[in-house]
Amino acid sequence: MRYQRLLVPALALVLVTVPAISTRAQGEEVPRGPTFAARALQALIDGIQFGVIIAITSVGLSLIFGTIHLINFAHGEFVTIGASFAFFLNVSAAGPGWHLIPAALTAVVFGALLGGAVDRGIWRPLRARGTGLINMFIVTIGLSLVLRHVVLVLYGTRPASYAQYDIQSTIDLGPAGITPRDLTVTLLSVLVLLGVAALLQRTRIGTAVRAVSANRDLAEASGIDVQRVVLFVWMLGGGLAALGGVFFGLVEIVTWDMGFKLLLLMFAGVILGGLGNAYGAMVGSLVIGVVAQMSTLWFPVDLQYAWALLVLIVVLLVRPQGILGRAERVG
Amino acid sequence: MDFSAILTDALRSGIGPIAAVYALAAMGLNLHFGYTGLLNFGQVGFMLVGGYGLAITVSTYDGPMWLGVLGGIACAIVLALLLGLPTLRLRADYLAITTIAAGETLRLFYRSNWAEPVTGGVFGLQRFANGFYALNPIEPGTYGVWLVRFSSRDLWVMIVGWALVLVVGGLLALLIHSPWGRVIRSIREDEVAARSLGKNVYAYKMQSLVLGGVIGAVAGMLQAIQVQSVNPDNYDPGVTFFLYTLLVLGGAGRILGPVVGAVLFWFVLSFLDSALRQAIDAEYISADLISTSEVGAVRFALVGVALILLVAFRPQGILGSRKEMLLSGR
Repeated sequence: MRYQRLLVPALALVLVTVPAISTRAQGEEVPRGPTFAARALQALIDGIQFGVIIAITSVGLSLIFGTIHLINFAHGEFVTIGASFAFFLNVSAAGPGWHLIPAALTAVVFGALLGGAVDRGIWRPLRARGTGLINMFIVTIGLSLVLRHVVLVLYGTRPASYAQYDIQSTIDLGPAGITPRDLTVTLLSVLVLLGVAALLQRTRIGTAVRAVSANRDLAEASGIDVQRVVLFVWMLGGGLAALGGVFFGLVEIVTWDMGFKLLLLMFAGVILGGLGNAYGAMVGSLVIGVVAQMSTLWFPVDLQYAWALLVLIVVLLVRPQGILGRAERVG
Repeated sequence: MDFSAILTDALRSGIGPIAAVYALAAMGLNLHFGYTGLLNFGQVGFMLVGGYGLAITVSTYDGPMWLGVLGGIACAIVLALLLGLPTLRLRADYLAITTIAAGETLRLFYRSNWAEPVTGGVFGLQRFANGFYALNPIEPGTYGVWLVRFSSRDLWVMIVGWALVLVVGGLLALLIHSPWGRVIRSIREDEVAARSLGKNVYAYKMQSLVLGGVIGAVAGMLQAIQVQSVNPDNYDPGVTFFLYTLLVLGGAGRILGPVVGAVLFWFVLSFLDSALRQAIDAEYISADLISTSEVGAVRFALVGVALILLVAFRPQGILGSRKEMLLSGR
């Protein structure tokens, strides 16, 4: 059954959401202070919003792993660069002071170009030299250090917000609420994810990407230009990461190390879904976002990322290939 | 530009207590990465449990120092088992992600408000190193040659630190040239072959992880003693990246690799730091381009560049052999 693989995450989500929604009915009769149910619903909304943003950034991470088996440690920096480049165009005194929407679109293009440049400039020569995968992985760590601290020098250490959509009033949804900005970001993120899924399922290049992920040698033998597919994946990943960075900067704040903080959550989401599987990355990230936010109902806020990382370790114990991963030996 | 000051700064860092701490931690990592081929990116986590194990025993519970040292080592063993159980059966890169996640998780737990009664939260812990300094046989004062001088306390940490490096290095040399060490290296070269010869690869990997982790914990204790405080934010993932850089620089899979790497790494890093600051003060580099407060960031970026260039063009480092370091993973 093809759809059996989708059942598990669907069930997991239902298990998390049903208690939250079913208790909402009782929560409406209490006017004083937020009840547990109301807080649970709010945390769920925040979690979904957080999860779809992580999903946007982690799709590229997963696809890159699927096509060239490289874990790109510098992926978080693509997120930061996207957010800070948009900030430069939007707010910075040295920048042109554009409205956020064109600034964000330009940042996405910039992220895609950066991804392509990194593939052409670093990975392709290294692949040609026959550098081992483990060594390549260590190179991505070096790249991450370089990019992050270049951003630190250019952007500075002070967290900041974009010029538009900063102050918002909440839309009341009964016991919970969401600002129009966050709602728009969440809906846009879902649309982007659906777009990526359509791209992978229906277009020629998407099919080629899936073919290379499934079996690189066979794809090459069938006449697919693997180098071009890899370049496309890097550009797609870079662009999506930049977009996720802008979104995260919108709903939270822009900082020089935001991408690195998100990176571990992306890893958690990607492994939870099954490394190399784009849809797995989406589902896994959503679960991680919800877990991180829902944990604040019972545990202190400053531990919310820690729970998400613990989920990662538990998943590796129980089902190392991830929710949607194929049951093959991974060691 | 005061070149003698730059040089003495660099020399002091290269042979000072920090270099000894990093050499020790990198020796543990060398056992993981250089000899067994385990991608442990959470070595800083072992340093953290070592440092905190000592600090919590002495500072929070008023225990004796020897108990703190044992506590730190016990914590490292537990951490290695926890990390190893799920991941050592998996592909190498899974271990890398898990260890870095575990290191970060530990840091977040130790700095959380929830753990503050025991760990001191974001403030960390102080006042646990007096027992160590009470043993100091050296009279107070400064010692050294020319301009490279250390206080008697630093000198005491240095002597203990480098002595530990010597002892651990000797132990590792004996281990690596024993039958156990040959199995470990065969796992690095070809795990399947080792398994087909009837070796319990999982158990050997676990032993290597535990032993290297304990060495890392000892390094963490020495570091905690040297700065006389533990603070969660001193244990960020960057420390592990520094360790990898100096390990690759010196030569992974060589007993002296981490030692040479640590000395050179801190020498060069300090040299750059000092030279950059002086160049900015003397206005050879305009303060608009890099301000003094950004020197630390430039330093990190340069470490990244060094790591990329080393791994791409000389993965065996200074002492290593190229044949042994063609790690491809699968």
